[in-house]
Amino acid sequence: MKRDKDNQRPTNDLIGLLLAGASGVLIITALGMVFLYAPRELTMGDVQRIFYFHVASAWVGFFGFFVTFLAGVVYLTEGGRRWDILGLSSVEVGLTFIIMTVVTGMLWARPVWGTYWTWEPRLTISAVQLLIYVAYAMLRGSIEGAEREARFAAVYGIVAFVTVPLSWFAIRWWRTIHPDILTGGEGMAVTPRMIQTLIVSILAFTALYGTLLRQRIRLECSRDRFTRLRLQLERKLSAY
Amino acid sequence: MDYVRKVAAIIEKDIAAELHTREMISAMLVFSALATLIFSFALDLRGELAEAAAPGVLWSTIAFAGTLGLSRSMAREKETGCIDGLLLAPVDRTAIFFGKAVGNLLFMSVVEVALLPLFSVLFDVGLMRARILVVLVLGTVGYAAVGTLLAAIAVNTRAREVMLPVLLLPLAVPVLIAAVRATGALLEGAALSQAAGWIRILVVYDLVIVAVSLLTFGYVVEE
Repeated sequence: MKRDKDNQRPTNDLIGLLLAGASGVLIITALGMVFLYAPRELTMGDVQRIFYFHVASAWVGFFGFFVTFLAGVVYLTEGGRRWDILGLSSVEVGLTFIIMTVVTGMLWARPVWGTYWTWEPRLTISAVQLLIYVAYAMLRGSIEGAEREARFAAVYGIVAFVTVPLSWFAIRWWRTIHPDILTGGEGMAVTPRMIQTLIVSILAFTALYGTLLRQRIRLECSRDRFTRLRLQLERKLSAY
Repeated sequence: MDYVRKVAAIIEKDIAAELHTREMISAMLVFSALATLIFSFALDLRGELAEAAAPGVLWSTIAFAGTLGLSRSMAREKETGCIDGLLLAPVDRTAIFFGKAVGNLLFMSVVEVALLPLFSVLFDVGLMRARILVVLVLGTVGYAAVGTLLAAIAVNTRAREVMLPVLLLPLAVPVLIAAVRATGALLEGAALSQAAGWIRILVVYDLVIVAVSLLTFGYVVEE
């Protein structure tokens, strides 16, 4: 019987445990590399070390949004509650990371540019992204009916995502003073050790994203299961 | 041809309803005048400052007045049950989108047509140029298109009028930046080609948003 299978108590989550373990190891490695392996930046000094986590969280924040976009497309074309769960989980996890991006960006900007906030393109687009995520979450909170909520959220996730590249171009033309890290340019001298540290940080944050995403998805599945069980119970009770 | 006729019928219906009640355009017009007043108090808009701030003030006013009209236009569909009738009619969903979007575009344009001379007189800036009209049209098309789609979503939420600006404004960032910059450049006497970068962003935004809206509008209105 399908219903019984749906209502089974969730078994131990091996993949979740592996992901959590991998994130733990990678984050400790990344921390070690950031503080011990990566060289001290010449002009900015130790402050620059925040860069590794700043870039990594920005990457994950945008990646999370991309996942929501894809989940939205699949949900609209094929349907299925799991795609909706994926989209909503990815937004919530992405929101955490994008907040981290904005906060680390501000902490970095203070000693380097002398002010917490500059309308610098990448920082600005992160802020715009943050507001879109918040709007998405608010939207989900104010719709009646699970199916309709899923449909609207999928559409908003798609439309929002396609405006992001245009926002990026518009903001970039509007303001440009960010240190152009990977292409050299002015700003920072980059050594291979820095690049290696950055790559490990990005891997660590991506693994952390995966871990959190998986737990969030499980939470939502548990909620669904709870709702189903309660309905069954109510039906049984009313039969007496 | 049949398709165009259906779109036209929806636009006609919106215009007829608006001529009858006059609630949307009058609200938008009064709001725009008030917003202009408040901006000029807040920023003390005179002389060079007025020239520098005019594009931003103009587009902020358009954006906020736009959210009023957009949410009203969809709320009216919902309240009168008209949208249900449209969905029952043998009309393609995209035709409904086009009809509503063009209607909203028209209403916003009426407000803009009134705003331009007002700005020119109050702030002594030369906004009445054909080149600026191009930017105005391109910016409003994108804004009205994405606004129509999101208004159809917002009207089905609990918070309704509150929800639309929250959903719409972060997605309208590219339009607002590009339109303000292009208007500013043209106001300083630049040729159309000097604002080409910004205009290109507006055109791409319009195309992308209309395409995505056409693809997704059906999912928003179906029940």
